[in-house]
Amino acid sequence: MDLLTPDIGLLFWQVVIFLGIFLILRAFAWKPITASLKEREDNIQSALDLAEKTRAEMAALKADNEKLLAQARVERDVILRGAKETADKMVADARDKAAAEGQRMLELARESMQNERQALVAQVKKEVVTLSLDIAEKVLRRELNDKASQEQLIKDLVTNSHLN
Amino acid sequence: MAQETHESAEHGEFNVGDMIMHHIKDEHGWELAHGLTIPLPVILYTQDRGLEVFSSSHIMHDEVYNGYKEHEGDIHRVTATGEIDESVKVWDFSITKNVASLLLSAIILLVVFFSVRNGYEKNKGRAPKGIQSFLEPIILFVRDEIAKPNIGPKYERYLPYLLTLFFFILINNLLGLLPGGANLTGNIAVTLVLAVISFLITNFSGNKHYWAHIIKPTGVPVALLPIMIPVEIVGVFMKPFSLMVRLFANITAGHIIILSLLGLIFIARNLGGTGTGLAVSPLVTVFALFMNGIELLVAFLQAFIFTLLTSMYIGSAVEEHHEADHGIGYEGADPHH
Repeated sequence: MDLLTPDIGLLFWQVVIFLGIFLILRAFAWKPITASLKEREDNIQSALDLAEKTRAEMAALKADNEKLLAQARVERDVILRGAKETADKMVADARDKAAAEGQRMLELARESMQNERQALVAQVKKEVVTLSLDIAEKVLRRELNDKASQEQLIKDLVTNSHLN
Repeated sequence: MAQETHESAEHGEFNVGDMIMHHIKDEHGWELAHGLTIPLPVILYTQDRGLEVFSSSHIMHDEVYNGYKEHEGDIHRVTATGEIDESVKVWDFSITKNVASLLLSAIILLVVFFSVRNGYEKNKGRAPKGIQSFLEPIILFVRDEIAKPNIGPKYERYLPYLLTLFFFILINNLLGLLPGGANLTGNIAVTLVLAVISFLITNFSGNKHYWAHIIKPTGVPVALLPIMIPVEIVGVFMKPFSLMVRLFANITAGHIIILSLLGLIFIARNLGGTGTGLAVSPLVTVFALFMNGIELLVAFLQAFIFTLLTSMYIGSAVEEHHEADHGIGYEGADPHH
């Protein structure tokens, strides 16, 4: 039993026992243990992957929402602007129309006033003529009662007519 | 104190060298403490008498039993006159202290890893518990830090061997540190077997790149080949040889240092009497404790190194693309590959 010379007995037992425990552990310990470890790691990995995927999906969803929201905002702005424009246009149109109407009514009023005045003038003229004729008739009636004055009148008339 | 006076009386002068050699070598029967020896079976095979089994207690004190006698640890056939008969070759397959320790470690390994295995079945889909959670990091360390990076994608085939190797060396290193423990991993027979198994696995796994590299090392001028080829061939055998010697020497050296330190107490006593022996004891104890701490580290370290180097050797044998190709254009250059 020297230090540097291997003993045949220990050599034999070492081979037998080491190979024995190697084969037994390989079949009944290492394979199930490494399989379990691998399975657990795969589970953890797949859980992590799923979480990552879910996170990405959530982010995508959020981005979509943001996009939709932005789009809606733009659309709202467009609609609002359109509505404002329409309203402004309506107000402007109404104003123009009212102005035109006013102008037209003014014209009408002016026209009718003109007509009224002309009618009034004509009326007045007619009245004046009638009145003048009445006065003249009355004057004539009175003048003609006097012979001298009749003659004078005739003379005047004749003179005037010559003048004309 | 009674212990070493007994020793002194028996062997005359206390010899620290004999004491150390006695402790690091194998023996028939397991001496737990002085005077307390567990007898173990002696199994002998001789051509003339076949297989014989008897208790080691019969030959413990140099007695002759059944025609056999222990001389310097080896069992010899003796003649009728009590002389050693060299003509009879005695094959000694005894359950020695080391073999008993080996069996004990095998039982511990089986019990421990069967319970770990059961833990995985019981706690399926849950966090590991108890001894399972204690050993899982070590199993993962062997897999992720030793096997995977050194062997590569084919590591799974070799993982059971590497795990067995690691835990076998570790448990026996630790058992050897116990008081009265056997110096099993510091025995050349044990490390020889481990190294030979690693050698066989490496070379039976060797692919064409591995053998091509030995026959024609890449990047070596033709003129140097007559030198390089023998060097490569020697290297194949040198690797397991270094594994064998490294583990044996490290563990044995550790035991020798601790035993030497403890031996200092008895040397001091022999020089200056019992008082001197007692006086140096506290200091020696501190050193011995420190060394034990180092040995605990070495127990893990040597298990790690043996496993690591084995996986590196396996890795070099199963490697698909040789390093000298630098991985450039190998696939592209040869479409048939």
